[in-house]
This record gives sequence, C-alpha cells and structure tokens, in this order.
Amino acid sequence: MKKLLVVSVVVVCAAALVLLLGRLPAKWTGVDESVVERYAAEAGRPARKPYINTDQGDLLLFFFLIAGSAGGFVGGYSFRELFPPKRKTIV
Amino acid sequence: MNQKKRICTLLLLAVIALPSTAGAMHISEGILPPQWAALWFAVALPFVAWGLREMRVKSAREPFFKPLVGLIGAAVFVISCMPIPVPTAGTCSHPCGTGMAAILIGPALTVIVSSVALLLQALFLSHGGLTTLGGNIVSMGIVGGCTGWAVFKLSRRVGLPIGIAAFLCGLLSDWATYATTSFELASALHGDGSFVKMFTAIGVSFLPTQLPLGLLEGVITAGVYRFISVRRPSLLECLGAEIPGRAL
Repeated sequence: MKKLLVVSVVVVCAAALVLLLGRLPAKWTGVDESVVERYAAEAGRPARKPYINTDQGDLLLFFFLIAGSAGGFVGGYSFRELFPPKRKTIV
Repeated sequence: MNQKKRICTLLLLAVIALPSTAGAMHISEGILPPQWAALWFAVALPFVAWGLREMRVKSAREPFFKPLVGLIGAAVFVISCMPIPVPTAGTCSHPCGTGMAAILIGPALTVIVSSVALLLQALFLSHGGLTTLGGNIVSMGIVGGCTGWAVFKLSRRVGLPIGIAAFLCGLLSDWATYATTSFELASALHGDGSFVKMFTAIGVSFLPTQLPLGLLEGVITAGVYRFISVRRPSLLECLGAEIPGRAL
C-alpha cells in the first residue's frame, strides 16, 4: 500500500512536471548557448562547428547505440566483479 | 524481478532512451583562442599524469578497482551530459558528478574519469570541443573534483554529518566548476574591456540556472553516497572512501 502511494505520487508529480514544462514559454536552450556562446560571439569568437559533427539526423542515435552496446558488454562482462552475490551467513 | 529492480531498470532505460545534445558548462569548439586553449591543456596535463599514476598504484593493490572506477566514470559521463530543465530560468543545464566522484575515488582519479567523459562527449556527442578540452578538464575535472573533495574533508573534520558533507561537496563542486568556466571565458575573451566586469557578467548569467542545479547536485551526491553506504559499504571500502559510522 505504501509503495503504491509512493509510486502514484511520483507518477502524478512527473506528469505535472511534463505538463508544466510543455506549457511554459521558455525555449530550454542550454546555458552553453544562452551564456557561453553568447558572450563568445559578443567578443568576436563565435563557436565553430564540431570537427566530428554527430548532431545530424539519426547519427547521434547510432553513436548512442554503439556506446550502449559497448558499455552494456563491458558492464555485463565485469558484472560479478562489480556486483558480487551476497554471501549467505550460516547460523 | 522485484519491484525495486524493475523501477531501477525502467529509470535506466528512460535515461538511455532519451538522448539529446546537452548544453551547459562545456566550452564549445573554437571559442578559446589557440594560446588560451594551449595554456589550459598545459595546466591539465600534470593533473592527468597524477591521476594515471594513482590509477596504476591503486589498481595494483586492488584488482576490482579498475572496473569500479569505470563504473564511476560512466556515471560522470551520464550526469555531465544530462540536460535538466530549470523552470525558474527557462534554460537547461547539467550537474557535473565530479563532487560525487571525488569523494568516492579521490580528486586524482576524478580528473581521469572527467577527462575520458569529456573526450567522448567532444568526439561523439558534439558536446564541448577538442580544442577546448583542456579548459573543460580544468573546470570540471580539476577544480570541480578538488573543490568537492576538499569541502567534503573539511566538513567532516569540523564534525558535520556525512550526508551534509556530501551535500556541500556536490553543491560547491558544481558552483566552482561554473565559476571556473566564467574565469576561463573572461580571461580569454575580455579583450580591451575589464576582466572583472566580464567575469561577473558571465557568472551572473549562470546564476539563475546553476543555483537550483547546484542544490540538485548536492542532493544527488548525498543520495548516492548514502545509497552506496547502506547497500554496498564494501564498495566504499574497495574504493578507499570513508564509510559512515567508521572512524576516519
């Protein structure tokens, strides 16, 4: 019952947050754009395009897929070292 | 699979399934003039060498050390490219995770995990830049990590509870990171204008976003430390971090 209450509160809060964020007029730009790049542009040094620009179409998703696969493999391979099973105490 | 595991798995999947280019303290490609970019690389290099030496020494002592550092590196990578909307400012930014890393693995190894995270973000996520990597390592890995570690140690020395110490560590490491970014930008870009004026202007522009996010980073740091110390105190022992309830 307690768990159900906690989960319900979390779900309601998350839904309220999503609705609120969707309705606000803000553009949600990152502070690198709204602060760092703005001051840099004012000082005459605007940001240039990245040397390896993965922010094109689904390329970024592809890199996430590769990273997820590699990370998942390494995590799985080292799983026992990272999360050894609990030792059962003999009474 | 019990309910807790299911919730954790769902949260993890949600994080992985919502990739987007984050924007925050990372200085983008080409913003720093070459001489300044080179200077920040020169500042970062000795710290990276220090971190590599620590890694060699500690992993020789404890075989599980490397995978654990890798795990914390993955956490820093995810936290430092996770855009969080801040309704009070209408912008997005991210925590850094370096305060949390510093109290778990120490400041030297925090430099290493931050460098790897920043390099991968610059290479594959168009987040930050390769020429500005040195500056980003200095602000996030070195200043963020060292500030977090020093604040945690100092707080414990004056007798603050471990949760409060971890909170302050996360909070101040975040703010120190953004203050350093402001310093790097102002020192490189003030031109004929006043350095102090530009530094203050950039710092003030970060405030509406970073004040609440710093608090969030403090909560995350305290929460993670508490979670690990309750669930897996052996991890803290293996990493050489302080275990709550045990004498320093």
